Amino acid sequence: MSVEVRIPTILRTFTGGAKAVHGNGATLQQVLDDIEARNPGLKDRIVEAETLRRFVNVYVNDEDVRFTGGLNAPTADGDVVVVLPAVAGG
Amino acid sequence: MYQPPGGIAPSLTAVLKITREHVDAIIAHAREDHPDEACGVIVGSEGTDVPTRLVRMINADRSPTFFRFDPQEQFELYKTMSAAGEEIVVVYHSHTSTEAYPSRTDISLASEPQAHYVLVSTADSGAADRPVSVRSFRIVDGVVTEEEIDVTE
Repeated sequence: MSVEVRIPTILRTFTGGAKAVHGNGATLQQVLDDIEARNPGLKDRIVEAETLRRFVNVYVNDEDVRFTGGLNAPTADGDVVVVLPAVAGG
Repeated sequence: MYQPPGGIAPSLTAVLKITREHVDAIIAHAREDHPDEACGVIVGSEGTDVPTRLVRMINADRSPTFFRFDPQEQFELYKTMSAAGEEIVVVYHSHTSTEAYPSRTDISLASEPQAHYVLVSTADSGAADRPVSVRSFRIVDGVVTEEEIDVTE
């Protein structure tokens, strides 16, 4: 078992086209570090200066991690992490 | 996986085919929310490039110069699309005091490379039932390419 991370279309260039990748870790930060090792460059598009990028939404199961600790949000085997770039503009 | 122009998947074309009903719905939404920017999507079956279901989204910023989908509503949309094998085919939003052309912010934040970005300007019409400008673009890697809109009845 591990944590499944769903990758949005725009970031699939970092996963060889895969819609989802798997990683291990007890926090979102650890999971992202783990998948970064096999998908170099991916983390940088989600995290900036040790915090989540302002225009990237991340959910662990059904919770927006901005309300559950951000990068410190707890993760466990079987959890599903969804990464969604905010749809926004001016 | 999306590839830049030259390697565009066969299902993607340089034309947006869209129904009159959807165009009218986008314009109606833009007029209703004027002077704030209105935003939403038309989703369709993955890989078909055919927009079938229009979903109005809340502009969480409720602003005349900015829009952002409400994160919770966007997540609900994601779950619905994911379960149905759908994706975003059209992202639309309005400009209420400038032309229907992607702003710098639109370009820097564009993150749906498979989508047609439809802009409607209510700068001249306001909320009134007067002509508006509607244009469609691809925005990929910071490059804006305007495309034709083929309106079907």
